[in-house]
Amino acid sequence: MRRFLRPGHDPVRERLKRDLFQFNKTVEHGFPHQPSALGYSPFFRLMAIGTRSGAIKLYGAPGVEFMGLHEENNTVMQIHFIPDQCQLVTLLDDNSLHLWSLKQHKGASELHEEHRFTLKGPPGSPPSATQVTAVLPHSSREVLYLGTESGNIFVVELPSFRVLEDRTITPEAVLQRIPEDNCNRRSCELVEALREHPKNHSQILIGYSRGLIVLWDLQNNKATHHFLGSQQLENLYWQRDGSKFISCHSDGSYTQWPVSSDNRQPEPLENTVPYGPFPCKAISKIYWQTTKNGLPYIIFQGGMPRASYGDRHSISVIHGSQQTAFDFTSRVIDFFIIFSSDPAAEFEDPAALVVLAEEELVVIDLKSAGWPAVHPPYLASLHCSAITCSHHVSNIPLKLWERIISAGSKQNIHYSSMPWPIDGGTNIAPDPPQRDLLLTGHEDGTVRFWDASGVCLHLLYKLSTVRVFLTDADPNDNMNTLGEDEWPPLRKVGTFDPYSDDPRLGIQKIYLCKYSGYLAVAGTAGQVLVMELNDEDAEHVVDHAEADLLQDQEGYRWKGHEKLKTRDGPVRFEAGFQPFVLVQCHPPAVVTSLALHSEWKLVAFGTSHGFGLFDHQQKRLVFVKCTLHPSDQLALEGPLSRVKSLKKSLRQSFRRIRRSRVSSRKRRGGGGNSSEEMELAPVQRKIEARSAEDSFTGFVRTLYFADTFLRDSSRHCPSLWAGTNGGTVYAFCLRVPPAERRMDEPVRAEQAKEIQLMHRAPVVGILVLDGRSTPLPEPLEVAHDLSKSPDMQGSHQLLVVSEEQFKVFTLPKVSSKLKLKLTALEGCRVRKVTVANFGSCKTDDYSENDLAVLTNLGDIQIISLPFLKLQIRYPCIRKEDVSGIASCVFTKYGQGFYLISPSEFERFSLSTKWLVEPRCIVDVPEVTSNNHVHKSGTENATRKSRGPGKTPGDCGEDERKSGRLMEHALLNDEKVLKEIQSTLEGGRGRRDHIPTSPRNRTLSIRIQKLCRKKFGKKSVRTWTK
Amino acid sequence: MLCELGKMQLGEKKGTEEQRHECDSRALKSQFGAEFRRFSLDRYKPGKFEDFYKLILHIHHIANLEVMIGYADVHGDLLPINNDDNFFKAVSSAHPLLRVFIQRQDEVDYSNFGTNTLSRKKKALVTLRNDNLRRRPHINISMPHDFRPVSSIIDVDILPETHRRVRLYRHGCEKPLGFYIRDGTSVRVTPHGLEKVPGIFISRMVPGGLAESTGLLAVNDEVLEVNGIEVAGKTLDQVTDMMIANSHNLIITVKPANQRNNIIRSSRMSGSSGQSTDSTASHHSLPTSHVLQNFHPDEMESDEEADIVIEGGLEPQHIPKLHSLTSSSLSRINGSSLSHRLQRDLVLNNNSGRESNGNIHKLLSSLKTDPRHSLVIPRGGIEEDGTVITL
Repeated sequence: MRRFLRPGHDPVRERLKRDLFQFNKTVEHGFPHQPSALGYSPFFRLMAIGTRSGAIKLYGAPGVEFMGLHEENNTVMQIHFIPDQCQLVTLLDDNSLHLWSLKQHKGASELHEEHRFTLKGPPGSPPSATQVTAVLPHSSREVLYLGTESGNIFVVELPSFRVLEDRTITPEAVLQRIPEDNCNRRSCELVEALREHPKNHSQILIGYSRGLIVLWDLQNNKATHHFLGSQQLENLYWQRDGSKFISCHSDGSYTQWPVSSDNRQPEPLENTVPYGPFPCKAISKIYWQTTKNGLPYIIFQGGMPRASYGDRHSISVIHGSQQTAFDFTSRVIDFFIIFSSDPAAEFEDPAALVVLAEEELVVIDLKSAGWPAVHPPYLASLHCSAITCSHHVSNIPLKLWERIISAGSKQNIHYSSMPWPIDGGTNIAPDPPQRDLLLTGHEDGTVRFWDASGVCLHLLYKLSTVRVFLTDADPNDNMNTLGEDEWPPLRKVGTFDPYSDDPRLGIQKIYLCKYSGYLAVAGTAGQVLVMELNDEDAEHVVDHAEADLLQDQEGYRWKGHEKLKTRDGPVRFEAGFQPFVLVQCHPPAVVTSLALHSEWKLVAFGTSHGFGLFDHQQKRLVFVKCTLHPSDQLALEGPLSRVKSLKKSLRQSFRRIRRSRVSSRKRRGGGGNSSEEMELAPVQRKIEARSAEDSFTGFVRTLYFADTFLRDSSRHCPSLWAGTNGGTVYAFCLRVPPAERRMDEPVRAEQAKEIQLMHRAPVVGILVLDGRSTPLPEPLEVAHDLSKSPDMQGSHQLLVVSEEQFKVFTLPKVSSKLKLKLTALEGCRVRKVTVANFGSCKTDDYSENDLAVLTNLGDIQIISLPFLKLQIRYPCIRKEDVSGIASCVFTKYGQGFYLISPSEFERFSLSTKWLVEPRCIVDVPEVTSNNHVHKSGTENATRKSRGPGKTPGDCGEDERKSGRLMEHALLNDEKVLKEIQSTLEGGRGRRDHIPTSPRNRTLSIRIQKLCRKKFGKKSVRTWTK
Repeated sequence: MLCELGKMQLGEKKGTEEQRHECDSRALKSQFGAEFRRFSLDRYKPGKFEDFYKLILHIHHIANLEVMIGYADVHGDLLPINNDDNFFKAVSSAHPLLRVFIQRQDEVDYSNFGTNTLSRKKKALVTLRNDNLRRRPHINISMPHDFRPVSSIIDVDILPETHRRVRLYRHGCEKPLGFYIRDGTSVRVTPHGLEKVPGIFISRMVPGGLAESTGLLAVNDEVLEVNGIEVAGKTLDQVTDMMIANSHNLIITVKPANQRNNIIRSSRMSGSSGQSTDSTASHHSLPTSHVLQNFHPDEMESDEEADIVIEGGLEPQHIPKLHSLTSSSLSRINGSSLSHRLQRDLVLNNNSGRESNGNIHKLLSSLKTDPRHSLVIPRGGIEEDGTVITL
């Protein structure tokens, strides 16, 4: 009978579910993967980045961002903003042009693709005839000039993309008045650059790749000046007054040319090879910026001496006697200069140099002495060193937040104090409801603390564990070595450093207690560091303890990596988290699980061999437990293979994280082939039951501290729970001495229970529910009055989550009460599980705890507590994206992050109540006529209207205001929420808030479709663990 | 060779049995209410079953009783001896000791033979089946219960004739499940005509594996359901995980590639070829299919294991100073005490359950945990592995 009463058909519950759960992919944090093009609108102060996967992203002031995706999924080659308009044109590598525009929709701006266009030549002409190489949006905003490989320049009307054939500039017309010896068809072969005259809008400068430069009069349709360059041309740049222009060439030289009415075929004024006399690489782009003091800034990309510095990715800035070649660790995609955009201004006065390198964005302040870098508020390179793990902490107390910020600010003193120069648009999203921290562990042994409260993922503080250890390379080795007499004057900039000195330093697990400021960090070589937040620099000795997890198991020999060597004597630590104790696991295998209890001052750690408990107050090891199965022949007799495979799998997993995107996005047109191959060699899967003899059964997957009824139902006591890969759960009863005798008496532990799950699937989560079936609060949560104290009267329950099942047991006598079999019914396995609190969007007083689960298929499921009923399921990550699934981290309030590329986190939300997504507005000026004078007037007006908030002082004010707001949020969340809600309702009406999400949804669906199209039927081996 | 006999005390049966090695043909009254005899047989010329039967009746002085003779095979399962063939098999499997059990014919619970001989909690489903069987007058002509089931065809009455639902019993069997599955396409009849749809197929059988030995599954059979859940729309990996998660009691519904051996419902006979004793057996025990026909995943819980919980009232495991004392020795001690505890629990469980079966279970389990005996321990059996005890 009961099978007809299926859960979920209760209409009341169904309605409640709609109020509680809702899935949205809200924003992408980090640096776009494989950027390929850069554009900038000086008028709107917006920057656009295109990627190889066909995405374009617009960034303005912090919080202002837009994203669009080309359907074609092709590389974006060029991005050009239509002057003074909220429109931009993109050129893809399939030679298609796309017109995008920002339109206001229900109070917020949105980016939409308006038109697409592919230039078509006459029938029979080669494809090169219409291959677009240069794009010039004319300031009249009516036409686009398209330079092609054939040398023809086509004129296209906007926004309709109609080709105006009568206005095409053909090479024949250009060559009419050229001296005989230059007059061959080949000199006009490929249009390299098109530049509009800064003063006279009816003239454009045309640069052909063989060196010929022509000034073309658009009104009379003829060439007025010819500049006969002899070198292969790379790019052109006008001087502001239009009296001169500069050309750069493939031999590493640049040339200045005069433009005057008396000489129609002038000789170059000056020809310079800045890094000569030896052969140099091409200068691919150049800027010539005038200043008040008369000395121009010459900024160019490349031009390094070919033999000795040909492999550098550099941009040189020359200003009088000052010259610096900024040296980037990855390829420079493009760069631009931010200067005074007022056309009436006499000088450009460059303020900042913005460089898009392949792996990071670097902004250099040209106004301050020494040209320091500007700390970017977004587009952080998450992958400066590969991300190895992540940890999210919600609702950080203000005190800790401020201390972390102050520690971080001490690290950022070398940054410029200049306010972020790209500040277009207005962020109208409500202030984030709480302070959230995202901690990422990296391969180089650092932990980065990110402000994950809002749309901009911003680096607050960076912690390095390297100082504790002796490594081959001195960390200060690769710092800037700026010698006075060194030539070229290279200076390393940026933070991207893919090379790890020692992979053993890699961070594997992080656990931060937000109340006490204790942080535990564990790494690849079995190192566990416990740290404390200190606001001052300090020099002290790090205590060192060994934990032998093997406990003289016979016949076992570790053939993996050595443990890290520690520094003897006191070590100097900068302000921030400072390690005070190091527990070294033996054998030094990867730490696979970590738990910290700041109230009891205990830290538990587990590896593939066992787990241990350490008392960091007394600095004493309490106990260790070996989880190796004696019948695990592989572990006992074949240590070599075991170690190798573990090491290998780790390596491969990281490599895969790095590589997966490259391969997935680069594939083109190979779909048919691969599916044929699949049919030739079918994939098969072995059906075999798990047995105890499987290797890695001892692998400790999860550790959990709980104050619960372990022995009998009358007395509760501290306990430690551990779950292994072989489906075993161990429970230890702990005796922690009271606070006054904490230092005198030892912490004692004894094993109280051992549970072997019959299905033997890896245990991925352990949780104790109190008498009200609420998960036990975190340590110190009750002490800080942030949680109700747990119900210690009713009977507690134990929830064990394995990869295959959810199972509730009674306590203290462990007997199975309830279960949900996931794998047996659906064939999916649990990869990540967290308890999340979901609040209703309708009523403020209702919230409930549920389990948020990510499966190996990339689905997210919400499962109710304590009855283990599946509530809802959303597809989130492609199942082939193993690195994405492995990197997923849930927050305590129903949000989550996962890596969509090595450098980008996608943020998603499962909650109707907590939603962090960009919501911003870009004011579009009313363009009534094409009168340029009129235009500049409106520009001034809009700039003035946006005036406040753009000056540095006001910016600070804003921040302080938000700070106060957040402090408030901590004191009374609900009050602020109501406030936010009421502003939402009052301002634009409730429904306004929703429209942006369907857009996101369609976008994500589109991405999924594209992915599906790409991968086809190809089944990719699932990556287990 | 030696033959060891345990004779159940007739009438009353309870208490644990501890096997003792005693000298030839000497009776030993045990305190637990069973008797043991030890005698020798010629391994190579064991003789006929008839003679053996008489010998046993003679040794135990129970000449006028109908008894059922069983033995513990290498897997630790209780199997019957009732004809020359299995007698010979029993003798040849002894190494060097053969344990023979004698029970009164009318008290024999046939369901005890074969699978799951080990003390496992059997809940509603199995009990139901046993009751059915017990009520039926026992026919001695052919004894389907004398075989250990490794597989059965179930739900013949509700499935289309083109489909076959096969249940594989993995418990108490040393054999691997032993088959592989792959992706493929199959043709379905739909309202729009024939359509090609993706499907899951058996791609390979491991020689000597359970799947092959049943003869009920074959390469290229299309897998339609796993434990009552349709596989349509699921990926190969999902189906793999489902099968593994259900491996202790795997029920797969296939559309055999070879449709000539299908069961014709009106007759009681299977097809001419591909017929195995097992399938015959399942026909005779039709009640089985009745019980299972309305199969629902939840109900299968009955067949499911209970997780093992070891409640330890252990001496504190404590390290006074930094790893000056490794607790391994301690944990070893704990381990063994835990295992004793577990054994006791299991025994108690059985006792409280069904008394009549309890005895044999206890005998077997005590046999198995005794390390001196050379019986090969089955996968599903109790093993003592230091600290961890597995079922």
